[in-house]
Amino acid sequence: MTIQAIQEEIIEEFSMFDDWMQRYEYMIELGKSLPLIDEQYKTDDNIIKGCQSKVWVHAELEDDKLLFTADSDAIITKGIIALLIRVFSNQKPKDIMEADTQFIDEIGLKEHLSPTRANGLVSMIKQMKLYAVAYQTQIK
Amino acid sequence: MTEVDFDVVQIRKDFPILNREVNGKPLVYLDNAATSQTPQQVINAIVDYYQNYNANIHRGVHALSQEATDKYEQARQKIQQHFNAAKVHEIIFTSGTTHGINLVANGFSSLLQKGDEVLVSAMEHHSNIVPWQMLCERTGAILKVIPMNEQGELVMETYQNLLSSKTKLVFCNHISNALGTINPIEEIINAAHEVGAAVLIDGAQAAPHIKADVQALDVDFYVVSAHKICGPTGVGMLYGKEEWLKKLPPYQGGGEMIAEVTFEKTTYAELPHKFEAGTPNICGGIAFGAALDYMNTIGFEAIAAYEHQLLDYATTELSKIDGLKIYGTAQNKTSVISFNIEGVHPYDIGTILDKLGIAVRTGHHCAQPIMDFYKIPGTVRASFCFYNTKEEVDALVAGVERAKNMLVG
Repeated sequence: MTIQAIQEEIIEEFSMFDDWMQRYEYMIELGKSLPLIDEQYKTDDNIIKGCQSKVWVHAELEDDKLLFTADSDAIITKGIIALLIRVFSNQKPKDIMEADTQFIDEIGLKEHLSPTRANGLVSMIKQMKLYAVAYQTQIK
Repeated sequence: MTEVDFDVVQIRKDFPILNREVNGKPLVYLDNAATSQTPQQVINAIVDYYQNYNANIHRGVHALSQEATDKYEQARQKIQQHFNAAKVHEIIFTSGTTHGINLVANGFSSLLQKGDEVLVSAMEHHSNIVPWQMLCERTGAILKVIPMNEQGELVMETYQNLLSSKTKLVFCNHISNALGTINPIEEIINAAHEVGAAVLIDGAQAAPHIKADVQALDVDFYVVSAHKICGPTGVGMLYGKEEWLKKLPPYQGGGEMIAEVTFEKTTYAELPHKFEAGTPNICGGIAFGAALDYMNTIGFEAIAAYEHQLLDYATTELSKIDGLKIYGTAQNKTSVISFNIEGVHPYDIGTILDKLGIAVRTGHHCAQPIMDFYKIPGTVRASFCFYNTKEEVDALVAGVERAKNMLVG
């Protein structure tokens, strides 16, 4: 699936929720689901320190696609990470570089990408794009 | 518990912002230790300044400039009276507590020598740590830490042992922003003076709750921010004993702070202007004075009694929540409650509370050493002001319960 198609799928899923409670309960469930990152990659090198919550991101190239794994110590942040991974992981670096994160606005979670939240998510997206740029040059 | 006689319903009418909604719910504002809300009386002072006498001060010969100067200097007198400073020129307007601390730290660069020691308490805000670390880097002085115990109280015995003839400066907050602990500053100041050290007290968190008397305390420097005491942001004051302020060199160069300027040599203005380079926050200074008037009209004794009642009630009610732990359980504390729910990140609780219209602070509260002490990433902090109500405490408790149910299990 393309990044665009996955984003549309997520927007569709979220449109079924009536209120913020349901949206957040879903996010929390996503956050609780599975460890998203192998413990060995939860290193200081992979850490993105928000003022409030920590985020770890690990990237590796498989064939021509970039695989992301990530984690956070805060569960709502982790839920959003799960969505970002679903959108960006297993995609071509070039597509990741060009993609936007408009879908976060559309599913009513815009405030989590505000720099004042200091949850590390903005830096995480930046970091994912930087990985894409770096691996894009490797492919060439 | 005997109810304190305090007309909170009437007082809330002074704060227009308290009528607004957040996320479709009535605002419950419990982030007062970060910024207090502004009463109409202070808003009026700000509007009055810009509508009627906005002008630069201390310079113009025209009427507006004179009026603005008079009002600004009256505000300085109000601050002097409020903190009971001996002289009006011992009050320096600053942009806030951080500015005041940096001004003093910078001044001490020329007074400290390699090997001198400066003591800092373990429960400081970063703003009362970093400027002193920078000072130590510049001068070769050594920074030593006064430890705290599990309750969040300073270990005074260790403090006494740390003091020596090498100690030149001690700095400590009057009240901890993260824990609410009221520190025994009289004892701290007296002991420091016995070894000849100067003391700076960060009064940012104390000013909304306690009327500090700088002469009775015999403190050398006392710093506060207006935005914690119902005033605007971007303005504060540094009190310094005249003898110290005369010893310290100017902090910033510019207009207003000079006596005479030639390219060969500049002589500096007298106190307080020596430390007030450039056009100050004139409106902010005047509004700061209006905020003190407002608080004093209500009265600090009444404020303290009411806030204490809120603190006791909130402590009792929050403690009933299973798995909730309060950090900072000092005997002597103010209306701040820092807490966590076992197994839950404070960020998650804060996020859910926000959805319920409840404003709290989450994170390390710019006091990472305290979080490291307790080995936690941060806390949820609810801080109460005299305009908060018992019903708002109930809303907080219900909100925390709800967040816990969503996040745990």
